[in-house]
Amino acid sequence: MLEALTYDFFRNALYAGLLASLICGVIGSLVVVNRVVFLAGGVAHASYGGVGLAFYTGLPVLPVTAGFSTLAAMAMAWVTLFSRERADTVIGVLWAAGMALGIILLDLTPGYNSDLMSYLFGSILAVPDSDLWLMAGLSGAVLLLVALFSRGLFAMSFDAEFARSRGVPVRFLHFLLMGMTALCVVMVIRVVGLILVIALLTIPPFMAERRARSLRGMMLLAGLFSAVFCTVGLYLSYALDLTCGATIIGVACVGFVISLAVPQRRMPVRPASPLAGSGAA
Amino acid sequence: MDTPAIEISDLWFAYGGVRVLEQVNLTLPRGDFLAVLGPNGGGKSTLLRLILGLLKPGGGQLRVLGAAPGQAGGRIGFLPQFTEVSANFPITVLGAVLMGLVRPGISWPRGRAARRREREAAMMALSRVGLAEQAERRLSDLSGGQRQRVFIARAIVSGPELLLLDEPTASVDGRSRQEFMTLLAELNRDMTIVMVSHDMSTVDGCVKSIACVNRTLHHHADSRLTPLIFAQATGADLIAGCPVELLAHGAVPHRVVLDHENPDCCGGRHAHGGARGHDGPNDGGEPNA
Repeated sequence: MLEALTYDFFRNALYAGLLASLICGVIGSLVVVNRVVFLAGGVAHASYGGVGLAFYTGLPVLPVTAGFSTLAAMAMAWVTLFSRERADTVIGVLWAAGMALGIILLDLTPGYNSDLMSYLFGSILAVPDSDLWLMAGLSGAVLLLVALFSRGLFAMSFDAEFARSRGVPVRFLHFLLMGMTALCVVMVIRVVGLILVIALLTIPPFMAERRARSLRGMMLLAGLFSAVFCTVGLYLSYALDLTCGATIIGVACVGFVISLAVPQRRMPVRPASPLAGSGAA
Repeated sequence: MDTPAIEISDLWFAYGGVRVLEQVNLTLPRGDFLAVLGPNGGGKSTLLRLILGLLKPGGGQLRVLGAAPGQAGGRIGFLPQFTEVSANFPITVLGAVLMGLVRPGISWPRGRAARRREREAAMMALSRVGLAEQAERRLSDLSGGQRQRVFIARAIVSGPELLLLDEPTASVDGRSRQEFMTLLAELNRDMTIVMVSHDMSTVDGCVKSIACVNRTLHHHADSRLTPLIFAQATGADLIAGCPVELLAHGAVPHRVVLDHENPDCCGGRHAHGGARGHDGPNDGGEPNA
């Protein structure tokens, strides 16, 4: 591991992984407790349209993709709020449309793009310094937004109906959450690729949820799990010459299974009565 | 303090062109404990959401604590239906109660004194519902009845003048329900309570008046259950008689059913039965889940 650290590319990869972990812990936790995992998946895949657009227009990839996925996220947030009935179907369509657009735009781009796969499966070993700075900036912005709206976001996550009764602008916060998810996805694409984004967004928060005593604690713990997965995955991929993004997710999945097997300190929920049990489900 | 807790006149509301509520009139004095009964889909929860300001009325007047709905802020406490809250959510009992102090806007860092004040208010609310010792436990470790008390504490932590409860006993078993109603009676000394329920057994001693909501609202200024109230509340036909199932279940096994004293209240039994023919199947209401 120490020997690997002497390489610039490996150090940058580690920094990128840790930044992604930080942001995945925070946003992934909000995504999981707000039950918008499917939306986050939609945003991740639709963002491929942004990659295609960037290649077609010759503009820098990360900013263009960030803008494109934010737009896609807003569209999906709007659909979930205002046409609830078929929201999942429409999100499925946007999901596929974004990917198709990306592929078509890449087809139309002259020349051969060997980079294509790197956006699908991650290219953490090729993160330049400039991208690292951009990722740090995005992380800072997202963390600041979460901090500023933390009480409203937490209240919405816990009980949206009650939050609304307290005057919390739940709709605005829903859009905000989806926008932040889009930025998070763009950062994580570098690390594990857009196909595997959803795993890094959901596995660490799921493991943390059952062990944390507050949403803040869940975010911290999820970030920590994620950082461990990224570091171990990165090292294994270096040592065994495996695809990096997939190795990180593989490690996360092993961690997930172990986490299920390890008994929790806390007592499981006792249903007080069949009625209470069904109400909680 | 002279303004009524709730003043409603000629209120109506429609979902996509279908009127769910119309000609609703109600003046609820302070200190009252109103049970809002009625069949599912009769408009009870809609009325509660209108009072909370979560829905905008189609027309008519609505004042809550002398203010427009949604403007009374922390003076209203609210308990949503139980199912809204995920059981796995990582939060302590204390954390859940503190949610009752959330205000809209940016969360600037609060000083230590402000945080301590909030904590003290939350502990006070918890001791009022008898759960102060559970404050540091995870919410998911509590029983359904205890959790419901936590949500009551969350509703009263801001010191409200009006408490709105949506089906508070739906997920609570029989014994806890009795304790729960006793708790509400205690709280009623300090605040006006409006409780939406389709469960007749919650209408016991502590309820002071009853409103039956089935597209429109009938307010009964005392809490005695009459055959008329049963008919209005269950959507059943009066001629079908006393719905024994409702009477026989619940905390109070059977109660005296008074004669229908005021035939003008909704046009007498036949007119009532006839009028109902427009807005739903007359088959004795829906099965009571």
